[in-house]
Amino acid sequence: MTAKQTGAVSAHNAKVMNRADLTKRLVGQLKCDEAVVGGIGNANFDLWASGQRPQNFYMLGSMGLAIPIAFGVAIAQPQRHVIALEGDGSLLMQLGCLATVAMRAPKNLTMVVWDNGIYQITGGQPTASASAADLVAIARGSGIANSAWAADEDDFDRLVAAALHNGGPSLIAVRTDNKPGVGTTDRDPVQIRTRFMLGLGVKRHQ
Amino acid sequence: MNDMQTRAAAWHEIVLATLKSNNVKLITYVPDRVFTPLIKALHGDPFFTTFATTREEEAIGIVTGAWMGGLRGAVLMQTSGFGTIPNALASLVVPSQIPALIFVSERGTLGEFNLGQAMVCKTMRPVIDSLGVENHTITRQDELAFIIDRSIKQAVATQAPVVFILSPLLTGGKVFEA
Repeated sequence: MTAKQTGAVSAHNAKVMNRADLTKRLVGQLKCDEAVVGGIGNANFDLWASGQRPQNFYMLGSMGLAIPIAFGVAIAQPQRHVIALEGDGSLLMQLGCLATVAMRAPKNLTMVVWDNGIYQITGGQPTASASAADLVAIARGSGIANSAWAADEDDFDRLVAAALHNGGPSLIAVRTDNKPGVGTTDRDPVQIRTRFMLGLGVKRHQ
Repeated sequence: MNDMQTRAAAWHEIVLATLKSNNVKLITYVPDRVFTPLIKALHGDPFFTTFATTREEEAIGIVTGAWMGGLRGAVLMQTSGFGTIPNALASLVVPSQIPALIFVSERGTLGEFNLGQAMVCKTMRPVIDSLGVENHTITRQDELAFIIDRSIKQAVATQAPVVFILSPLLTGGKVFEA
């Protein structure tokens, strides 16, 4: 069995991929109105550019809280799968949330981490994951057993499909390039929140 | 049973009952000694989903997501924990109009022994007020149910957070021998 088949790809030999491309691939796999929470910065911008689904939430501040917000949605709506898209710098700011998610073990939560090794939006300063921290090892150590690096695009698609169908919580880490986000989120928090609640069936159109 | 124990036994039952009557089912918290009887009772009641988070802002994120998903949630913390959440309030809860229900066990006053708690306490109300967030310091047990019940209803109706500061006058606080 190859490393790819076992999901045992390590960070250093995972292919460096493009976040916008993989965001589109991910969204393309969503057939059941899954909720997607985009973290602050480029995770958000590329989610916006992939098409403004009503089940998408774009976080404008509160760096590090994409996974906690997605986890809250997952608690409220256990029948709906929820996906958090978070950057490496943001996750490093709130690592404790991995332990909380593992402790509660929500079956309907998938966490995707885009690891480009830099705080891209603030000027490209290196993150700890560029040289030292392995985010999959941290996730496993926090209790998220179903954590893996995506080896390449096909492997990413397979990991997403497995996370959606086999249940979670799962964490998929992806090494990404330093190309900037391709969209820009409308910065209207009330509209974003309202649209999301309509998309989740919590509010109704009047 | 002395008077303080009598009061301490009652306040947390009122808080729990008021949360339940307002259908607040999700409770996230960072532990606090004074809140221990409340937290224990919440854990013991299957109506509630109750768990600890590693940081207070994480708890704020979770109840924000839960609200957007149709579930009401509250966060419990102590005064020093409030010092960690202004960014989450200013950049998520307030601009997104989330009725987060925040209960703070007040430390840093009325017999505090830890200077760190006392200093954080001095920052708490100015921060809450500068954010324009509704807040109530609750000192009397006979006002507790009214304040919490009406404020939860207002938070939901007006889509705005509210902070309940539970004074040592209500809870007995954390005591030490000088």
